[in-house]
Amino acid sequence: MDFFFELPLWVQAALKGLAVIAVIFPIAGACSMAERKVSAWIQDRPGPSRAIPPWFAIIPIIGPFLQRLGAFHLLADGGKLLFKEDPLPGHVNKFYFVMAPLVAMIPALSTVAFVPFGAYVSEAKQVVPLILANVDVGLLGVFALASLGVYSLILAGWASNSKYPFLGGVRASAQLISYELSMTLSVLPVFLWINAPGQSGSLSLARVVEYQSQPGFLGGMWFVFLMPVSAFIFLVALFAETNRQPFDMPESEADLVGGFHTEYGSFKWSLFFVAEYSHMTVGSAVFALLFLGGWNPLPWVSLQTLGGWLHLTGHPVVLGILSVLIFIGKVLASIFFFMWVRWTLPRFRYDQVMRIGWKQLLPLSILNLIVYTCIIGGMEYFGHR
Amino acid sequence: MPTEHVFPEAGAKAAAAAQEFEGEKMSLSMGPSHPSTHGVLRLQMEIDGEVLTKAEPILGYLHRGDEKIAENMTYNQFVPYTDRLDYLAPLANNVAYAIAVEKLANLEIPPRCQAIRVICCELARISSHLMGLGAYGIDVGAWTVFLYSFTEREKLYRLFEELTGARFTTSYTRIGGVSRDVPEGWTDRVNAFCDQFLPILEEILRLLTRNKIFTDRTVDIGVISKDDAVAYGLTGPNLRGSGVALDLRKDKPYSGYEQYEFDVPVGTKGDCYDRYLVRGEEMRQSVRIIKQAVAKFPGGDWYAKDAKKIFAPPKDKVLSSMEELIHNFMIVTEGPLIPPGEVYFEAENPKGILGFYIVSKGGGVPWRLKIRSPSFCNLSILPKVCVGAMISDVVSILGSFDFVMGECDR
Repeated sequence: MDFFFELPLWVQAALKGLAVIAVIFPIAGACSMAERKVSAWIQDRPGPSRAIPPWFAIIPIIGPFLQRLGAFHLLADGGKLLFKEDPLPGHVNKFYFVMAPLVAMIPALSTVAFVPFGAYVSEAKQVVPLILANVDVGLLGVFALASLGVYSLILAGWASNSKYPFLGGVRASAQLISYELSMTLSVLPVFLWINAPGQSGSLSLARVVEYQSQPGFLGGMWFVFLMPVSAFIFLVALFAETNRQPFDMPESEADLVGGFHTEYGSFKWSLFFVAEYSHMTVGSAVFALLFLGGWNPLPWVSLQTLGGWLHLTGHPVVLGILSVLIFIGKVLASIFFFMWVRWTLPRFRYDQVMRIGWKQLLPLSILNLIVYTCIIGGMEYFGHR
Repeated sequence: MPTEHVFPEAGAKAAAAAQEFEGEKMSLSMGPSHPSTHGVLRLQMEIDGEVLTKAEPILGYLHRGDEKIAENMTYNQFVPYTDRLDYLAPLANNVAYAIAVEKLANLEIPPRCQAIRVICCELARISSHLMGLGAYGIDVGAWTVFLYSFTEREKLYRLFEELTGARFTTSYTRIGGVSRDVPEGWTDRVNAFCDQFLPILEEILRLLTRNKIFTDRTVDIGVISKDDAVAYGLTGPNLRGSGVALDLRKDKPYSGYEQYEFDVPVGTKGDCYDRYLVRGEEMRQSVRIIKQAVAKFPGGDWYAKDAKKIFAPPKDKVLSSMEELIHNFMIVTEGPLIPPGEVYFEAENPKGILGFYIVSKGGGVPWRLKIRSPSFCNLSILPKVCVGAMISDVVSILGSFDFVMGECDR
């Protein structure tokens, strides 16, 4: 650890960046495979279960198991997308057409920097979050960067110079902007709750988790129980922001063929794909941090308590790994929820999506904000905090 | 600057601005290769934003000239071509065609053969409606419905394969009978399929029927009034969805349908949701018919014994008796001997009323064969229904029509 911090700052930054790419790309790839596998489970069929490299086939139990799991389809798919011909249609605006997938990747990868993914207990008995950039803007940074993602969809739709992508791009711009409002408003009560007046406030996600790991009934309570409406609005808005069914208007394949990525193929298309999954991953991570207690194993059971039970207090590394595993478990569970919904529900119509966003979610989130502001104000007034 | 020059300029500006706000209409071609046009239908649309102002179906991408082909081959040779009309219910097409020709030849079909045909028709109806349901699920975004219904179709295909030797292109009927008798124990397996199918059907429909998103996408979308449905010649579930209880199985029974008890479901509003509900209920009624047919499955002949010059005799007799050998030879080379005359017969197929108009001048080849295909007539109302709908609604409407281009373009 000390070795890392003695490196020059730019080397540290470069290493962190590489770490993000090395983590997010495989997770997105694994998500695409999980999507196929989960859909197979839901639809009562085996799903991807064929591909296996010859030298793996001879390993007795693990080989067939991984084959059955479809683990090698992930590699096969990635390889296929990488080595396929990369066509550039003649009618597109080449510069923006190539730029769009890159623009999609930038926010998808950079939001990860603000997301803490675990914690360890230092020698001074302090919980130190594992995070690439522990800044106070935290969530604001995630929102600010993630909302840049819409530019890639608009660019792709516009540069494709074709009608279906164009419609997809128009839908994307309207939808993503509409749902950002409710999303932001829905998390405000959480930060009002954790930041006492008179002190310098923080939008750091690590701070939220810290708050949820306090002792006591209210302290250890996850925000999903304390603010179920906020959690619900955030989750719905997350579906819309990540273009997941039932809100996948920009690429609704039934009417817009492929939406904004109709004209894309091979690796450029897969960049959109990876970007979508990494948005989903980061979104799930933020949801887990805000409402599901981050790396705390259970409500009212904090990581430190668990460490005490398992006699891990003196082993910061083991506890750190445990916290990361718990956190990843929560993220995967919510990704599974995303997939579950996708393969179960039909898709909304575009105007219905807008109606839900503006006429139902937004008023609800404003009301939610007002109610919690009043509650917090009342608690301040009567001195319960 | 004189004032009279200012105002016209401002007026022109305002007019230009108004024109700009009105917006340009965009023409959008949906199909012939589009995920939701179920084959090769092409819709030339004019859209204002996302709302359609005009829709024109363009047909003919799958035209094969079936009617002309029919004039150049014997009656039995045309049976495989009927498979390819509504290729989601080939058995029902086979039966409709065979009955049409038999009517022309004035043949009496034994009850066993009729029962076999009824079972075939109803199995085909279930298979077709399952496909329609699944594809409709995909159109509105519910993929799982498709996979669930395909699992059931797979079981049906196994039954078809056992009966006819083919899963998809069954070509089961012959003029005067069917190509072979039902295999040993087949009716029991049909019964077993029906028993397990009903709960699964409920499970599939439960995914959609009360689903808020699904009802949002289908209720009050693509409404066809009773009068319009009749005026445009809609038939089948699309007509019944609009509240007209026309079902030829009840109104002009053929192949012994009068012996079976079943209800004809009708819709109330004529929207996409009603058409979906009608299809769901029709599957239940089909199961009812099949169970009755299996319960009193008659014995006896499975082909018309008196149709000596029409139905090819059994193989063992062909190899042992002179007369049968000649008949077999004549039927295979010249075709079944159909007397001169003309006939129009229509049958209640899964997609609607499939009619065959046949003119014979005697001999084994039709002089003219005209097909009235339900999908073609059902699609005629598209320009009227689609106007004012959104692009996503068009997909929903097309799905609810459950058409097949093989039959539409024939």
